[in-house]
Amino acid sequence: MSLKYDGKFSVRGGDFKEAGKVAVEIKGILKKFGIDAEILRRVAIVAYEAEVNIISYAKLGKIHLQVHPERIVMDVEDEGPGIEDIELAMRPGYSTASELIRELGFGAGMGLVNIKHCADEFKITSMVNQGTRLRIIIHVPAR
Amino acid sequence: MTLFEVMDILNARLLVGRKFLNTEVKTAFSADLLSDVLAYARPGSVLLTGLTNPQVVRTASVLDIAAIILVRGKIPPAETLRLGEELDVPIMATHYILFESSGRLFSHGIVGCIQKVGTDEIVSL
Repeated sequence: MSLKYDGKFSVRGGDFKEAGKVAVEIKGILKKFGIDAEILRRVAIVAYEAEVNIISYAKLGKIHLQVHPERIVMDVEDEGPGIEDIELAMRPGYSTASELIRELGFGAGMGLVNIKHCADEFKITSMVNQGTRLRIIIHVPAR
Repeated sequence: MTLFEVMDILNARLLVGRKFLNTEVKTAFSADLLSDVLAYARPGSVLLTGLTNPQVVRTASVLDIAAIILVRGKIPPAETLRLGEELDVPIMATHYILFESSGRLFSHGIVGCIQKVGTDEIVSL
């Protein structure tokens, strides 16, 4: 089946002021496809958390969004420090966030947990000193 | 109740979104952690928070939050208000603290989005 949308959004590390911009933009794009509000919310939450993670920890990253009729795929890639212990990073409340991130209201150790919770399929791979990759798939139920 | 009634109960000042004052709300979420808001807040709720940065508005927009209520007399930066206008997110401000604001709404029948975490028990309306 044909791809409805394919776009990449770059996110700059340390750009705290911009946090959430890509998530709002993605939600606006998806709205045009008449996607169910609950699905839209889940995609936007994933985008928001991924965006905040890149800004907080990496030098640079991008969110690749693909909208297929039956699923939405998000590939998040960053050039950053990577995650040494993924299991630990996935634990609710575990965080290595700086004071700057916490001041914004993030860095509570819920980011990856939230992403996983919103995803139907979730994969994370990371290389220390290279970066982290996430693949999130959200199913779009047929109407 | 309507946002207008929420405003009245909290003795709040409307900063953005006069045209949305007739919106009906039944649930609320109170937090100063946006990750928790992203995790647990339900669409159509009011969000009570002490955070005033633009990220609050973006979070509310992404979650279809009915209105942001800034507690503890916080005055938001202009950028936050501008974004509220742009993204159609009503913003009001009250001098009550978070606990007091939540309690006042609760005693008027507004309930939490969820009662506790770790269960999928969402308050049925």
